[in-house]
Amino acid sequence: MPSPFWCELASRRMATDTRSDVRFGGLADADLLELHRRMVLLRTYDERSVVYHRQGRIGTYAIFWNHEAIQAGATFALDDEDWIFPSYRESAIGLVRGLPAETILQWWRGHPSGWWNPADWNVASISVPIASHVPHAAGLAWGKKLRGENAVAMAFFGDGATSEGEFHEGVNLAAVMNAPAVFICNNNQWAISTPLEAQTRAESLADKAVGYGIPGVTVDGLDVLAVYGAAREAVERARSGGGPTLIECVHYRAAPHATADDPRAYIDVARMEEERANECLGRFERLLIDAGVLTADRVAAARKDAEDLMRAGIAAAEAEPPADPELVFTHAYVDPPENFRNG
Amino acid sequence: MAELTLVEAVNDALHTELARDEDVMVLGEDVGRAGGVFRATAGLRDRFGPDRCVDTPLAEAGLLGGAVGLCMAGWRPVVEMQYDAFSYPSLNQLITHVGRYRWRTGGRMQFPLTIRMPYGGGVRAPELHDDSPEAYYVHTPGIKVAIPSTPADAKGLLAAAIRDPDPVVVLEPKLVYRTSRGEVPEGEHLVPLGEARIVRGGSDVTLIAYGAMVPVCEQAADAVAVSCEIVDIRSLRPLDERTILASVAKTGRVVIVHEAPRTCGFGAELAATIQERAILHLEAPILRVTGFDTPFPYTLEHEYLPDPDRILDAVERVVTF
Repeated sequence: MPSPFWCELASRRMATDTRSDVRFGGLADADLLELHRRMVLLRTYDERSVVYHRQGRIGTYAIFWNHEAIQAGATFALDDEDWIFPSYRESAIGLVRGLPAETILQWWRGHPSGWWNPADWNVASISVPIASHVPHAAGLAWGKKLRGENAVAMAFFGDGATSEGEFHEGVNLAAVMNAPAVFICNNNQWAISTPLEAQTRAESLADKAVGYGIPGVTVDGLDVLAVYGAAREAVERARSGGGPTLIECVHYRAAPHATADDPRAYIDVARMEEERANECLGRFERLLIDAGVLTADRVAAARKDAEDLMRAGIAAAEAEPPADPELVFTHAYVDPPENFRNG
Repeated sequence: MAELTLVEAVNDALHTELARDEDVMVLGEDVGRAGGVFRATAGLRDRFGPDRCVDTPLAEAGLLGGAVGLCMAGWRPVVEMQYDAFSYPSLNQLITHVGRYRWRTGGRMQFPLTIRMPYGGGVRAPELHDDSPEAYYVHTPGIKVAIPSTPADAKGLLAAAIRDPDPVVVLEPKLVYRTSRGEVPEGEHLVPLGEARIVRGGSDVTLIAYGAMVPVCEQAADAVAVSCEIVDIRSLRPLDERTILASVAKTGRVVIVHEAPRTCGFGAELAATIQERAILHLEAPILRVTGFDTPFPYTLEHEYLPDPDRILDAVERVVTF
């Protein structure tokens, strides 16, 4: 099976801070269980969403199966005052902050009750255009710093996003302003059907950090503790005035880009199966069970809680009346022009 | 009242608003140390510090996207785009985020940012320093657009834009930055968005213009015996349809003047609105005098820009129709 050169390099360059003398990155058992609960929540959200899509209950959906270690691990390093800037691949990341599943399901159903106030959760709106939310994270982090507030901004984006101008402009702005920002690149090596070697000649995406004068690290994107460790270090650096960090989380996309995509036309199917066998949640569960932190009963309970949450979420979403047509006009302006209802 | 040039009035507005509201900050390329390439931001960095008048990297999308994040952090950013055409790299931010972020929060978060830029031709500048991009902005939902033609309006509209809860683009006619002089109220001065100005009353033809084309219309009106009413619309969105329609009801003849290219220019929108609302008042077709559907030809700019002769040709055609 061909193994792309950049993946071998990425493996060689893996830098985790799971130090041998510090068990599980210094996390207490309760933290490990909470991290596990969050991964289960995200996994369940994703798996149920694919089902709901097939049942015609939500629209086209961007799958993040096996990206849970990145999303849960990186955000576990944040405090509540810190901000998360998701791309559509992290649509459900607000779940780790308690954002209701119903709200996110409604977003995918195209219902206006899927809108939330970013300031209520410190989770920005889901950004659909690629990389254009990276400058938002830079601006928020810089703006908070100017106000003497402590917040860190963490932005998520994929490998393809690093080719966009706004990735560059956003990270550069954050670096120049020494803004407390953490940039999490989810390098699943595919931008829909475009492989990483067609995206960049860089040896690793973390190397791009050099151009901005900031630290760049590469971690195993399926190792939740490695992601957490790198993020914790980056958050501490940001909060203490050390500026932004770029963290590249490497893995291999093990699911379609979205429900509308059939990757068999372009992806290495055997490699995908291999990735699925080594998926991040099972890997973490085995680690915690071996260490005596987690039990099979506890896994089943976490899964059931998450499934209950999803059942309640989709039921609440479906029970909601259709959107009031008035909403077309309500939110476009605070103070709308007189004639803007003319269609 | 002080007599100021138009660009001095812009500077006055920025000083006044930064002093009034500590959430207001200015950011852009060369706005701090240099005080702006046209000196529009002169003195702000010294007076308010480098955190409230910020020289940013040369990256317009990052600049505007950064301003979106600044809004989320509670700031009221005033972004300078150094020239009209330099704003094009930021259109992605404008269209995909600035105009719709409030919408996607269900109206729960506001983005009260202002984008200001010098626009238009006639200043013997190189390519892409001469464009009139207002139609791109007016066409974008969620955005408001103002264009002053006098120093007092430049101050008042900019102050209103900064205080407006929605994103506002203010295009400043660079051709008359220093040649347009006039009395400007001292201290706080607001010109509400959405109110046109009758530059002069008249009974035969309505000339509708904005920005640098207003004084050109005045020159044309001075040179003809026909009684021209000149409407400076000042605000393209919200648009003061009432004032425009009242003038059309009086004169029955309309010539619209702008220097932007003709096709889908703002004149087309004005003409459509007028015929929808006032067809029975019209005694002649609505004519447009505009730039051409070509790149702005900077060595031939006076062939391209509407001038009094072209306006008078149109006036004659509507009067003799």
